[in-house]
Amino acid sequence: MGKRTVVPIGPFHPLQEEPEFFTLTVEGERVVDIDVRIGYNHRGIEKLSERKNFDQSTFVIERICGICSTSHPFAYTRAVEDVFPMEVPERAKYIRTIIAEGERIHSHLLWAGLAGHFLGYNTVFMWVWKLREEILDVMEILSGNRNNYAMFKPGGVRRDIQEEDIGPALAKIESILPTMDMLIAAIKDDPVIHARTKGVGVLSEEAAINFSALGPTSRASGVSRDVRVDSPYGVYDRVDWDMIVTENGDVYDKVVVRMLETIESARIMVQCLSNLPPGEIDANIESVPPGDGIGHIEAPRGETFHFVRSDGTNRPVRHKVRAPTFMNLPTFKSTVVGETVSDATIILAAIDPCYCCTERVAVRDDKGKKIYSGTDLVELSRKKTERIMSRMGIR
Amino acid sequence: MSIKLKALLKSPWVFHFSTGSCNNCDIEILDCLTPRFDIERFGMLLAGSIKHADVLLVTGSCNRMSADRLRKLYDQVPKPCLVVAIGECSMSRGMFIHSYNCPVPLDHIVPVDVYIPGCPPKPEAIIAGVVKLIEKVRSS
Repeated sequence: MGKRTVVPIGPFHPLQEEPEFFTLTVEGERVVDIDVRIGYNHRGIEKLSERKNFDQSTFVIERICGICSTSHPFAYTRAVEDVFPMEVPERAKYIRTIIAEGERIHSHLLWAGLAGHFLGYNTVFMWVWKLREEILDVMEILSGNRNNYAMFKPGGVRRDIQEEDIGPALAKIESILPTMDMLIAAIKDDPVIHARTKGVGVLSEEAAINFSALGPTSRASGVSRDVRVDSPYGVYDRVDWDMIVTENGDVYDKVVVRMLETIESARIMVQCLSNLPPGEIDANIESVPPGDGIGHIEAPRGETFHFVRSDGTNRPVRHKVRAPTFMNLPTFKSTVVGETVSDATIILAAIDPCYCCTERVAVRDDKGKKIYSGTDLVELSRKKTERIMSRMGIR
Repeated sequence: MSIKLKALLKSPWVFHFSTGSCNNCDIEILDCLTPRFDIERFGMLLAGSIKHADVLLVTGSCNRMSADRLRKLYDQVPKPCLVVAIGECSMSRGMFIHSYNCPVPLDHIVPVDVYIPGCPPKPEAIIAGVVKLIEKVRSS
């Protein structure tokens, strides 16, 4: 065994968008172990959500993550709608699908740009982000905002898509499709990207299943798993689109899956916008009866899962969020170990990690160590006071 | 205006620090660098190290993990250093004001020169904010 060195990356590193802390243990050039510490971004969103009523919570949930600002409200509203039997109006389902797919395009393009930046290939970064601006324009036409759309509410959508906006939005999507095709062809043909990403950070199909990898991370390894197909929501079962699955599981395949998915998302958006049915956009929920509800949707990074428990009042008593990155993070153990340090950056970025989504408090059973409950802690505190009082001779 | 500040205003190099934001403001800052907005034409550059930076762009609602680190970082900056708070969270903690993990507002930790409101502020607003910062320093 050679000499082992620890390379710390973070928690506030100029390369990283958000704070997280990687510890790479290296032997020469090779990475032999990796540890990820998160928690620098925790804001107590689940607790905040329990203080707000069902409608207000949507806005807090939207700010779990700036990139997934549709996926979380989508999963949350589905969880609330799951508590009791109700039907979302048809037009609202279409609008939800349109916004969710627009988000998928901009999220995947954002990732492709950052991946180029991590590879030291800033041309890709600039080109892709230039294209991403066009998608943000489409979203601004449809929802009135570039990032936080505030379109979702339990029972429907908050804002209608106006008839006169559909034409310009469709024209804009059609106009960027050729650029998108050109970009995808350029990325697929580029010898530098091939050299840097092919055969790098391979996640085998078996490992993907064992780690329960989600979203493009698993689909690049040949696992055909997509909530949009397995348990259709919105109008995904009524539009024509293909699930993209590739076999190799390396970084290159993850790039390809994401880039091809943007085209599929654009197809879904065009179909939904052209066939938008007339009608109500909101089911006007009066109250939420007691009960539990779960909602899961396919976010750009994988399956986002929300659990809501209602006790019949106007606010959730418990709200649990599980973001896709939580499941994808452990795959680092399989992909990064054995690679060189210089490839580690792109492999760490390849799952499209989003740490602010993942920052939930979790209690873990630490190998037989005692886990204290609230009552135990109070008991400990009282005992300490007793000890101090007896030492001071008060009692 | 001191000669140091005067030199700084010609080409302010910025350093970006996320104190626990939702990524939106950070992405809008990066957006400013990309072709449509391209703030590099004004001489602004994203610096890799705080020791090369003139302006500190802070985003996020400053949680318990990052508050000490932000202070430590601010102490390392060669002064004068200007601080810009980007987004609602860093201005007033926004909707995280009741959170148990966001104890103090940003301006209790470091002195802030310019606040840019918005959730997230558009890239145009960020550019306008930096222009305001330059005007403010020039007129002081």
